[in-house]
Amino acid sequence: MYSEKVMDHFTNPRNVGEIADANAVGEVGNPTCGDIMRIYMKIEDGVITDVKFKTFGCGAAVATSSMATEMVKGKTIAEALALTNKAVAEALDGLPPIKMHCSVLAEDAIKAALIDYYKRQGIDPKPIVGFDSVAEMECCHGDLHEGCQHA
Amino acid sequence: MEKRFVYADNAATTRVSDEVVAAMLPYFTEYYGNPSAVYGFAGKAKTAIENARAQVATALGATPGEIYFVSCGTEADNWALKGTARMLAEKGRHIISTPFEHHAILHSLNTLEKEGFEVTYLPVYDNGRVRVEDLKAAIRPDTILVSVMFANNEIGTIQPIAEIGAVCRERGILFHTDAVQAIGHVPVDVQAMNIDMLSLSGHKFHAPKGIGAMYLRKGVGIPNFMDGGGQEKKRRAGTENVPYIVGLGKAIEIATQKLPEESKRVAALRDRLMDGLLERIPDIKINGDRENRLPGNVNVSIKYVEGESLLMMLDMQGVCAASGSACTSGSLDPSHVLMAIGLDHATAHGSLRFSFADYSTQEDIDYILEVLPPIVEKLRAMSPLAK
Repeated sequence: MYSEKVMDHFTNPRNVGEIADANAVGEVGNPTCGDIMRIYMKIEDGVITDVKFKTFGCGAAVATSSMATEMVKGKTIAEALALTNKAVAEALDGLPPIKMHCSVLAEDAIKAALIDYYKRQGIDPKPIVGFDSVAEMECCHGDLHEGCQHA
Repeated sequence: MEKRFVYADNAATTRVSDEVVAAMLPYFTEYYGNPSAVYGFAGKAKTAIENARAQVATALGATPGEIYFVSCGTEADNWALKGTARMLAEKGRHIISTPFEHHAILHSLNTLEKEGFEVTYLPVYDNGRVRVEDLKAAIRPDTILVSVMFANNEIGTIQPIAEIGAVCRERGILFHTDAVQAIGHVPVDVQAMNIDMLSLSGHKFHAPKGIGAMYLRKGVGIPNFMDGGGQEKKRRAGTENVPYIVGLGKAIEIATQKLPEESKRVAALRDRLMDGLLERIPDIKINGDRENRLPGNVNVSIKYVEGESLLMMLDMQGVCAASGSACTSGSLDPSHVLMAIGLDHATAHGSLRFSFADYSTQEDIDYILEVLPPIVEKLRAMSPLAK
């Protein structure tokens, strides 16, 4: 049911781990849904110089985390903010319809890390990222998480 | 260790045995007559059906006249529940069951609820077993049916069927059991256990998919589910699937003969796997009672990891297993069985079921014990929940 690319990224995920001196950390999802993604970033002069992830979830959740981190590594914040879930899914040669929410989670995880980055700087993330918090962002995807109780 | 193929999903379906295939083959190409026909050639097929009926009856402690062949376990479940409800709607509209039945039961009950029937779902506790005192307390003057599965398909727990049957008989309430997972693996006796209706399915004990049977105690006159011709004593219409009926009969006969020793052998494999997993993987939990359990069922929750990821990595190592995680059920909710025994969502998402039968070997168990711990370690290393 998965493409070769998904299987590749699931079997050999890129950028797994944590960054000790990360200056941006974002986490989305919850155990009720069965997916949690946490993304760590090191941002220097507006460029994401390093990125790592930890994910609890299905094969697609791991693969989208891996692909999304690869797609933003070495990129500017502006480029990372432009990353869409569709782009992540396309880069993986597609996802089964029921797994598309995993790509949404990956896009959200990147944004969650950037929200955290701006907050740490004392800058309001809303005008830049579009959201104040992870909760606000996830509410917008409520339809994708039907049945899940977001805290 | 050399890679091997390990089929550990026998609760989903089993391999058809060579003996069963051999018994079936003549009924495709040699004795293909319609059993309802008058000429002698068709008599071969008719006799084969009656022989299979006797084989099923013997296995259940029933008489051949009480056995009806159907297409699958789901059909038998639908027939028993909807038939009883229709027959007794005037007498009462209350049914007692459990929240962790197979969907063939649960969705039939939902249909009946929409038609105005009321269903009490007995608690199944963390050990995955119904308590007879809860059943006694739930019975009302308008209770017309109790349906409790013989053994659970996900966690393998065996229900106190004889005790439930005794209570139902004493109160004059019909008792149905979905015995799809139990037949061929644990002893079943419809007389001793006071069972009025029982569903079984061939492909769970080395017969093919697409054939099942219903035991209907003599005198239980529920209306027909399939209208049509006069087959199965006018109780279940449709031309008989002769080769499959023959296969079901052969498989149940073999399973019954082998049961005393085979159930011990398979239970030893089960225990070896459960003990081995507890020893080798930290933070895991066996789901369901260890004592009252199908010989072939192992169900564990592996904390901090998700079931589909586990299954995919096991598959790469050649191991076929199952999980109760949402991702494998095609919905966003984990298994209703694991929820019913009180697991939290994250723990349910990390469940694995291994199920064994006649072709399972100790080498299979040892291979799983070899390949699973590194898989868990790899997934935990990338899990934000792991410590």
